[in-house]
Amino acid sequence: MAEVVLRLGDDVSTDAIYPGRFMATVLPAETPQYCFADLTEFNRRLRAGEILPGSVVVAGRNFGTGSSREQAASCLKGWDLVIVARSYSRIFFQNAVNLGLRLVICPAIEADEGDELEFTPDAVIDATTDRSFPSEPLPPARQAIVDAGGLIPYIRMRLLQERTR
Amino acid sequence: MGMTVAEKILAHAAGLPRVSAGDVVEPAVDLAMSHENAALVMNQFAEIFEGTGLEPRVWDPAKIAIVFDHRVPAETAKTATNQKKVRGFVAAQGITKFHDIRSDAGGICHQILPESGYVRPGMVVAGTDSHTSSHGALGAMAIGVGATDMAAVWALGRLVNVEVPATIKVVADGEFKPMVGPKDLILYLIGMISAEGANFRVIEFHGRAIKRMSTSGRLVLCNMSVEAGATCGIVPGDEETVRYLREEAGVVDPITPVLPDPDAVYEETIEIDVARLEPQVAKPHTVDNVGPVGDVEGIKIDQVVIGSCTNGRLDDLEAAAAVLRGKKVAGTTRMLVFPASWRIYKEALRRGVLSDLIAAGAVIMNPGCGCCLGVHQGALGDGEVALATTNRNFKGRMGNPDALVYLASPVTAATSAIHGVITDPRKGGD
Ligand code: SF4
Repeated sequence: MAEVVLRLGDDVSTDAIYPGRFMATVLPAETPQYCFADLTEFNRRLRAGEILPGSVVVAGRNFGTGSSREQAASCLKGWDLVIVARSYSRIFFQNAVNLGLRLVICPAIEADEGDELEFTPDAVIDATTDRSFPSEPLPPARQAIVDAGGLIPYIRMRLLQERTR
Repeated sequence: MGMTVAEKILAHAAGLPRVSAGDVVEPAVDLAMSHENAALVMNQFAEIFEGTGLEPRVWDPAKIAIVFDHRVPAETAKTATNQKKVRGFVAAQGITKFHDIRSDAGGICHQILPESGYVRPGMVVAGTDSHTSSHGALGAMAIGVGATDMAAVWALGRLVNVEVPATIKVVADGEFKPMVGPKDLILYLIGMISAEGANFRVIEFHGRAIKRMSTSGRLVLCNMSVEAGATCGIVPGDEETVRYLREEAGVVDPITPVLPDPDAVYEETIEIDVARLEPQVAKPHTVDNVGPVGDVEGIKIDQVVIGSCTNGRLDDLEAAAAVLRGKKVAGTTRMLVFPASWRIYKEALRRGVLSDLIAAGAVIMNPGCGCCLGVHQGALGDGEVALATTNRNFKGRMGNPDALVYLASPVTAATSAIHGVITDPRKGGD
């Protein structure tokens, strides 16, 4: 079971997830402090440790629209949040997979803050409302990266194969 | 079954006779661009090599471009230190396409790459910036990626696990009315198909309005294609592409445009008669919240911004100066201008464009990203309203989540600056 700790609408931009004014901070270890910095109460709760790892952010369509800043994925990953959205913007989606952020593609998801969610291989179940929403698997090309533990180990493996051949 | 431009370029770069939408390929990269976020790419790059016993060397230092633009000159010690680390890396790896903070080299990455002749038709360009889509204006396949994807390119010279995008064909015919142009066309298109309308897809631009359009205008279209989610906007290379590369970018070697097959498969075709377009404005806080300027006329503006990788080129500055010549920016409005590159700055200076703008009360800033992303200069105050020729109006984009950003063309912005309120550019400055 995982609690929905934040519910957002469509077109959540990477500027909302990780505002541009913090972009000089780049290292994944340092970005989480600015996660949703302009949602001041949510950001405070994250930093105060009031949000459990594995908690869920629910969003509508086109989550992560806008800039390619990888900080938007690393700051969410740093708090071990799970994103359940109706759809994702391409570059954010790719960055999230590369960094091992957990994403669920759930085209009809409806859930409120405070709801408890359960994940099965092909659905998201809202245990609070007793409703089930089908989820879609990652495309195979992306799954290969997830299976390797992220893009860095995946490329390391490829590099060793190529340069030592 | 034929191929689109994107499919042809990706097939060639992946060493395959043909590919179609949905195939997964590993295209070789011809040009790999980063800006200040090269600091993060360096970190990820080093991590890839950790424990391998291999020396962390980039695959081809001549194919990497690094352009400082987002925070120039550095606004904090932290940025300055990141920039210093990147300079060290550039020197150690022998990266040649490096554009530091200099009046003989600098500018915004999406202007520097075209004007330096780095981008040619048929290339695969990867860039750690979403507006890398811009470079499709020169007939290339240009893909915005994150820093870890770029670290992989630096290591392997290829993008891995790329799904070939489907292509949407946009046919723009007709002739623009006066005071209406490429920015209005792309805003209109984004409004029509939504911020997600081209997600995981390529937009290929065709039609007589595109044929007649300068490379500068095509860069506007392809730059903002990503605001509809597109992986890339592509204008197939033509005579204008060759003219631009030869005359403006100094390219001497052969240029071979890649054209779509006559029977290429498009997911969708959208036809637009540009003669019917009015000046468009995107309203806060999404780029697809678009309407004709009439919808928002009279809204008071505190700051007008002309510049960015979208509309900071010479023709944009000239168009704004033509509107402002002999007039004044309204007393209640600030006007900031940041040319897209130093080459543009110097040419605008030589032609008297900058003096016209200055005489009107505009502040000319140094080339770079300026206030576009709200980290450096020109932030907005609480409750303030900006009208900008940039490409994004997300909440917080210009440094303040309590401010409002509208997007429009240079002539709409300049006309509005005179009146201090959003104004239809067809009404002029009086
Ligand atoms: S001008 Fe704005 S949109 Fe263009 S590269 Fe710079 S920050 Fe990005």
